[in-house]
Amino acid sequence: MTKTRDKQKLADQALRLRRHVVEMVYQAGSGHPGGALGMAEVFVSLYPAGELKIRPEEPKWDDRDRFVLSKGHICPGYYAALAIAGYFSEDLLPTFRKLGSPLQGHPCMLKGTGIDVSSGSLGQGLSVANGMAIAAKLDGKSYRVYVMLGDGEVQEGQVWEAAMSSTHYKLDNVCAILDSNGLQIDGKVSEIMGVAPLAGKWEAFGWNVIEIDGNDFDQIFDAFDRARATKGKPTIIIARTIKGKGVSFMENACEWHGKAPNEEQYRQAMSDLGVHATV
Amino acid sequence: MAEKAATRQAYGKTLAEVGELHPEIVVLDADLSKSTMTVDFLKKFPDRFFNMGIAESDMVDTAAGLATCGKIPFASTFAIFGSRAWEQIRNTVCRANLNVNLCFTHAGISVGEDGASAQANEDMAIMRVLPNMRVICPCDSFETAGAVRYMAEHPDGPYYLRLGRAKVVDVLTEDYRFELGKGTALCDGGDVTIIACGSLVQQSMAAAEELAAEGIQARVITMPAIKPIDEDLILAAAAETKGIVTAEEHQVIGGLGSAVAEVLARKHPAPMKFIGMQDTFGESGTPDELFDKYGLSAPHIAEAATDLLG
Repeated sequence: MTKTRDKQKLADQALRLRRHVVEMVYQAGSGHPGGALGMAEVFVSLYPAGELKIRPEEPKWDDRDRFVLSKGHICPGYYAALAIAGYFSEDLLPTFRKLGSPLQGHPCMLKGTGIDVSSGSLGQGLSVANGMAIAAKLDGKSYRVYVMLGDGEVQEGQVWEAAMSSTHYKLDNVCAILDSNGLQIDGKVSEIMGVAPLAGKWEAFGWNVIEIDGNDFDQIFDAFDRARATKGKPTIIIARTIKGKGVSFMENACEWHGKAPNEEQYRQAMSDLGVHATV
Repeated sequence: MAEKAATRQAYGKTLAEVGELHPEIVVLDADLSKSTMTVDFLKKFPDRFFNMGIAESDMVDTAAGLATCGKIPFASTFAIFGSRAWEQIRNTVCRANLNVNLCFTHAGISVGEDGASAQANEDMAIMRVLPNMRVICPCDSFETAGAVRYMAEHPDGPYYLRLGRAKVVDVLTEDYRFELGKGTALCDGGDVTIIACGSLVQQSMAAAEELAAEGIQARVITMPAIKPIDEDLILAAAAETKGIVTAEEHQVIGGLGSAVAEVLARKHPAPMKFIGMQDTFGESGTPDELFDKYGLSAPHIAEAATDLLG
C-alpha cells in the first residue's frame, strides 16, 4: 500500500475508526472500547496509512509485514483498521461478536481476513512475533513483524521470556508497540501491579526504546522510521495514549476497558465523535 | 535379543533424518536438548535449531509464530515442563490449528529417581481434551520413528508426541509403518484383550506370557495414537474377547483407558480394567520399583486380566 501522510486524511481516518469502534461495541452489546479508541492513531498508521507493507487484495502474500495484536481484546480498532485499509467491507463491522461472524470477540485467523495470527490471551504475542521474525531471517526475507502489547499485559511473565528471546536472536525485524495508557481492568497499572520504569526495563533487556505520544501521527511515523533503521536489536515504541480517547466519558476511565455503552451513552459517544446518532 | 533404546533416542535420530528431507523443519528446545535428544538435529542443522532457554511458554508460542510462516516446528522439553504451556497450546496453537509438533520426553513415572515433581502422569489427558490436537504415545523405536516421519510428512495441525526417558525393548520390527489412528495387535489371543501404550506395551507382552502359562490367551494391542484412536480395533477386541484391560504409564483419568472406555460406552459396552496411576502422585525409585509399587508391572496387568475373566 502507498503511504499516506496527509494530516487531514489521517485525522479523518482516525475519527472514522473511532466511530466504528463505538458503533461495533454498541451493536454487539459488549466488547472493549477503551484501548481500541486509545490506539486509533497507531492502527491508522499501520494499516490504511501504509506503515505495513501489505496487499489487502492478497492477504496471504508471503512477503507481507506481519502484525500480531497481542492485546487481542482491542480488536474493534484492529477490525476497523483492516476494513478501512480494504481487507473487507466496512459493512461487515456491525457483525462483530455476532454468531457466524468472521469478526470474533478476539481475533481468529481461521475466520477473519487479514489476521496474521489468532490472539486473545495476554502475554503471548511477542513470542509469536519472534517466531515470525525468525522465519523471515531463515528465509532471507525482508518483511517486518509488528506486535502490539499493553502496559498491563507486561505483568505477564512470558512477555519477558520473549523480550529476552528477541534480543538473544537479534531480531531487528521485530517492532513492538506498547500501549501505555496507565490503566487496566481493576484500576491504575501503578496501583494494581506497578510496571515502572517501562523504558528502563526494556533497555535492560537489550531493546532499542523509543517513547512517544501515541496519539500523535508525526511522532508515530518518526518512531517507525527509527525502528526500521535500527539494526542488530529489536525496537519497542512505548506509546503514551489516552485510553478511551475521543469519547468524553470514556477517557482515562478504567471502567470503559471492556463494557458497551447504553443507548444514551452511545448517543453521547457518537456526538463526541461528531455524529448525530439516531437509535 | 531385541534392541533396547529409549523412545527419545529414536526421536532425535529420526528428527535428524527427516530434517534432511524437509528443509522447512526447525527445532526448538528449552535447555534440555541433550536429554530430549534434539541435539542430534542441532549437530546436523545448527542454523535451524533454536534453544529458547528455560522458557517453555515462550518456546511454544515462538513455534506457533514459525508455523504461521510455513515452517514445520518441532518443540521439545520434558513433558512435565511443557505442560505448563497448556494455555499457550490451547489458545495459540490449537485454536488456530497450527502445525506445531510438541515432542515431550521424560513422560510418566519411569522418569524414576527424580521423583513426583518430574513425573508427568497427566499430560495425555490435558492434551487429548484439546480440539485439533493429535496425541501419540509410541512404545518403541519403530513406532517413534514412524510417528516422527508421519508428522513431518503431514504438517496439517498440532501433534503431541509423548516419549520416555528409560530404555525399552523393541516390540515392532523394521517393516512397521506408522499410520495415524491405527493400533497393532502384537499377539492374537481370544480370551482377553490388553490395550497399552508407551512402556506398558512391553509390560503387557510379559503379562500375556504369564497368562499363557495359566492357559489364558491374551490379545495385546499397542495403541500409539490415543487421539484419533483406532475404534475398529477396539470394537473388534470387545466383540471377540471377554473384556479389555488398558495399561498406560499415566493417570487412569483422562488417558488411554478413558479413550477406550469412551469408545466402548458409545458403541459396544464391555467389561474393563484400568491399569495406570490410580489418581495419585509417584515418588523416587527405579522405574521397575515404581512399576511394581504403583501397580503398572506385568503381574498387575496379568492379575487384572484374570479378574476380568472371573
